[in-house]
Amino acid sequence: MNTKEALYNFCLRLADNNIVLGQRLAEWCSRGPILEEDLAMTNISLDLFGEAESLYEYAVSLMDNNSTADHLAFLRSEREYFNNLLVEQPNGDFAQTMMKQVLFSAFAKHLYEALCNSHDETLKGLSAKALKETKYHLRHSSEWIIRFGNGTEESIRRTQFALNKLWRFTDDMFVMNDVDEELISMGISFNLDDIHAKWKFTISEIFAEANLQIPDANNVITGGSKGFHTEHLGHLLCEMQYLQRVHPGATW
Amino acid sequence: MVNLDSPLTNEKVWKILNQIPDPDIPVVSIVELGIVRNVENNDAEKWIVTITPSYSGCPAMAVFREDIKTVLLESGAKEVELKISYSPAWTTDWLSETTREKMRKHGIAPPETNSSQSVELFADSKRKITCPHCGKNETHRTSQFGSTPCKALWYCDSCHQPFEYFKCY
Ligand SMILES: [Zn+2]
Repeated sequence: MNTKEALYNFCLRLADNNIVLGQRLAEWCSRGPILEEDLAMTNISLDLFGEAESLYEYAVSLMDNNSTADHLAFLRSEREYFNNLLVEQPNGDFAQTMMKQVLFSAFAKHLYEALCNSHDETLKGLSAKALKETKYHLRHSSEWIIRFGNGTEESIRRTQFALNKLWRFTDDMFVMNDVDEELISMGISFNLDDIHAKWKFTISEIFAEANLQIPDANNVITGGSKGFHTEHLGHLLCEMQYLQRVHPGATW
Repeated sequence: MVNLDSPLTNEKVWKILNQIPDPDIPVVSIVELGIVRNVENNDAEKWIVTITPSYSGCPAMAVFREDIKTVLLESGAKEVELKISYSPAWTTDWLSETTREKMRKHGIAPPETNSSQSVELFADSKRKITCPHCGKNETHRTSQFGSTPCKALWYCDSCHQPFEYFKCY
């Protein structure tokens, strides 16, 4: 794999994480527990879609194949999506949505922080921007998790349940393959083991504040960055891609 | 208004662009916000405007991309090209005191911290923002996210009015 192909694939991985999580959050639109949260989740969704769009556009610019950002978003099947398994998991209740958000935002924060030192100028610029947004996302979700963890018996039960349920998908964010190997050697991306350690530190701090117990790793599954997904991604893409599939090339 | 009879100059293009309002905060122009990074013309006919996005998913971007093209073509440019620059990333540190005052008069509290000290985890939940209506700082945050990507919702406990805070970015 050459550097350009690796960078292309890496941009898709980042963008796919953003668009899939953005789509999940958008499912909350008009269903939020309170109006402010409805706005918050759709605001975060909008940030994620924007980050995805810039990354898809950059990916397209790397290849001379007449593709477009829309093509990447709406015409790839789940086996061609490289997002991590965590973000495609169904929303569940509000505690599960915020838990997924904390686990992912902490990862994204440390990854973007590292990528601010990338030797690739565009990736560096996009990461600096995404980092600013991600810090707000992390603060938002961690405030809720801490509040729930110190709340009622019911909120504590649901939040611990959410952590237990989602924990097995977290290792997947740090799995490296030949894409990472190539990009690390070029100084474009960084060792995800280092990101893993920083991530662990950040979320441990949050879960300590929230009095939540990090569970043992059971039934860990990985494969997202190779295009192997849980059953949920296909359903999500069906809904997200419906319009372009039924009316190819439709614009408005 | 800008005199359209004489040919466009760099200075004149900046003046024209400075009349394009941000769709979300009409009292502030896209130049004052720091969205427009550079203006150049490679020959007399074509103007190249470099802009940087504020928020990644900000829908207002699409609006002023069109606005920039329209006003420059109407002002005598034969061709307009828009370039997008991501580095350095846009920051609220670029807002001048004059711009901040305009926001305040419009009822929006301008960003109070420097972007380098913003949004650390658990950091500013106790922070008070000065109310743009009454100038007191007995205020609290209602929500970190508001009507547009750039704003948070706040409430003044002194004059009992809600207000928007332009987030530090
Ligand atoms: Zn007030």
